[in-house]
Amino acid sequence: MNYVEEALRGNQLAGARLIRLLEEGDPQGIEHLKALYPHTGRAFILGMTGPPGAGKSTLVDRIITELRRRDLKVGVVAVDPSSPFSGGAILGDRVRMQRHATDPGVFVRSMATRGHLGGLSRATGEAVLVLDAMGYDVILIETVGVGQDEVEIVDMAHTTAVVCLPGMGDDIQAMKAGILEIGDLFIVNKADRPGADEVVKQLQVMLEMRTAHDQDAWRPPVLKTVAVRNEGIAEVVDAFYTHRDHQERTGILAERKAKRQMHFFRELVKEMAAERIFGVAEGTDHYARMLVDLTARRLDPYTAAETLLDQTLGGGDPR
Amino acid sequence: MKQKKVRVLIAKPGLDGHDRGAKVVARFLQENGYEVIYTGLHQSPEQIVNAALQEAVDAIGISVLSGSHNYVFPEVMKLLKERGMGDVVVFGGGTIPEEDIPPLLATGVKALFRPGTPLEEVLEFMKENVG
Repeated sequence: MNYVEEALRGNQLAGARLIRLLEEGDPQGIEHLKALYPHTGRAFILGMTGPPGAGKSTLVDRIITELRRRDLKVGVVAVDPSSPFSGGAILGDRVRMQRHATDPGVFVRSMATRGHLGGLSRATGEAVLVLDAMGYDVILIETVGVGQDEVEIVDMAHTTAVVCLPGMGDDIQAMKAGILEIGDLFIVNKADRPGADEVVKQLQVMLEMRTAHDQDAWRPPVLKTVAVRNEGIAEVVDAFYTHRDHQERTGILAERKAKRQMHFFRELVKEMAAERIFGVAEGTDHYARMLVDLTARRLDPYTAAETLLDQTLGGGDPR
Repeated sequence: MKQKKVRVLIAKPGLDGHDRGAKVVARFLQENGYEVIYTGLHQSPEQIVNAALQEAVDAIGISVLSGSHNYVFPEVMKLLKERGMGDVVVFGGGTIPEEDIPPLLATGVKALFRPGTPLEEVLEFMKENVG
């Protein structure tokens, strides 16, 4: 099968197998991705993040339905954590989305974090590129259940929604330094439960503090949903597009896209550099001695790292 | 960076809601390093095969306790072949009468585990046939 041609035609099997190659770090996958790359950059990339149990998957399920009603093709990348002990994972986000499994306009891919921190997996960005090239109009990324620090999604998505729950008033205080800053819109899900209006109010107060100094700044809306009853979903989708319009008008979207490219590029350089450096060093006597000295604490890791870099990249004292 | 992981879809077709077996197997495989995609209840063969396709899995495990095994397994095997996924290993478990097993295995199902099978047997099967 010609992965590139078939993926561009929208062939789900080709796309799926290509994502698998990328996830496994297969060099052939990267070659395919290079060929697909000119066909990317068209999709509207949405991030959904929030604490575990907030209802992210159910919201994604309903948002898919709404986007399909608007005649848009939808790709989903749903990330769940890997076990740090076994390396295995149970990826259960699909359970909420299986009604779309027979719709050819929807493609759902579950991914395990495989030790990657930040709320996504290492290959999430690559999976998004494949779905983009396959012609999905909107790509939804669902992060792992996050608390404070897992904010990598902002570098990936054009618009990010943070999902909250009623009754987490104190938690919102705790969240403010972390994921509160990344939301372009906020969703208070399960809003039929008591305490929903309080959470909305708290969020609004804190968001006002965030944007008070700037007239043109985007003011993140706080929306109430009851995803299981499909309430408030159309409003959420409208808000995604209102935010996109604002970002386009103000030039922020272009800026964010440029930043995303830079981020992607820098991460790649880091990853490839590390691979090459260790690739050259591993197996040499000098490297083996270095590891022995490190383990025995005769050598500090800073000096060791500097020496290794000097030796592989040049500029240092070649011993 | 090479990161090979075996991906398995665990699915629960049909109308019965008895998913404990499926969940126990899912958890057990996770604890042994597998990435398990769980579909939830009431899946049609079409849904199972499409999910397996999108998730690019190496294997599909199907739990049937509703007596619909003689429909579900052959249908899944047929759809897999149609979609070019003949290389995906299919196994199953549940209340499947002894005499129904050979004809199902003849359709290409690799193994069927009856109630009471020790989990280690499933793991051994996975290691031998999937990775």
